[in-house]
Amino acid sequence: MPDTYQIWTVIVGLAIGTYLIRFSFIGLIGDRELPEWVLRHLRYTAVAVLPGLIAPLVVWPAATGGQMDGPRMAAAVMAFVIGLWRKSVIGAVLGGMATLYLLQYLMR
Amino acid sequence: MTQQTQNPRAAFQRGFMAAAPFILVVIPFAVLFGVVAQEAGLNILQLMSMSVLVIAGAAQLTALALLQEQAPTAIILATALAVNLRMAMYSAALAPHIGKASLWTRLWVSYFLVDQSFAISIQEYEDRPEMGLPEKIAFFFGTITPIAPLWYGATLAGALLGSQIPPEFSLDFAVPICFIAITGPMLRTPAHFVAAFVSVTVALSLAWIPYSMGLLVAAVLAMIAGAQTEVFLARRQKHA
Repeated sequence: MPDTYQIWTVIVGLAIGTYLIRFSFIGLIGDRELPEWVLRHLRYTAVAVLPGLIAPLVVWPAATGGQMDGPRMAAAVMAFVIGLWRKSVIGAVLGGMATLYLLQYLMR
Repeated sequence: MTQQTQNPRAAFQRGFMAAAPFILVVIPFAVLFGVVAQEAGLNILQLMSMSVLVIAGAAQLTALALLQEQAPTAIILATALAVNLRMAMYSAALAPHIGKASLWTRLWVSYFLVDQSFAISIQEYEDRPEMGLPEKIAFFFGTITPIAPLWYGATLAGALLGSQIPPEFSLDFAVPICFIAITGPMLRTPAHFVAAFVSVTVALSLAWIPYSMGLLVAAVLAMIAGAQTEVFLARRQKHA
């Protein structure tokens, strides 16, 4: 379990850093345009971080002690397909969790 | 020059109505954060501080996941802030529209600059170039009015509810599912797919590096891969 000092450092650091990112152009730089190559990289920040963060959690879930787990894998695939196909965040969450519960029920 | 319209009240209402459907996304996400944060060992004050001060769900969940993996603070901050870098792009896109507002107003707009308020507002500003500055500001605050209070409230609800959800519900897996759910719709172009693919492949193959540092490497390589794919595809289209 993380200690109190680390938790607060993360909260405050994340708050200040995120605020500065948001304030950057609105607040300080104003009307100046970002160079195209910077924009081009910024477009991919979220899809560059999140999949890499998720993948190990899906392949080696903590709840099974790092053992690969069929129902969790299937649930992840289902959530991905629904999110991609329906463009629906809610639909993907519901579909993924429903798949997980169904398979866990069937495999009991 | 076109006549600028001046009806901030109507603009605020339009913003409010445009954002209302997003309540359906915000509430479950905030509840989930509350539940997971509570399970990760954050007390109510800590997790509410995070939701109120950071007000960015994906980065908050990223920080939680890494806190649980006992990554060093610097790695946690670098990774979670990388998730939020997209907001620099939002800030740059809004600057031409509201850069002339008072500093006080811009301080508040910055705080409330989230995915939903940005996406709805920029669309409106582009659709209605005749809007005056007070209208643009009113519209922006209209979009955030149904979102922000519910974000705080639903986080609290999740935290209070969390301890009562039994382990059979496998809520451990709600976090990856939620991340997958928000990532799926983001994959709009082949370049997004390439970036996501590189991110997954590198993160998995560097998972042996301690303190989740492999993720940072994966993220940087994936960003470059996405940007390069975009350039490559644009060039090919030009020649075709």
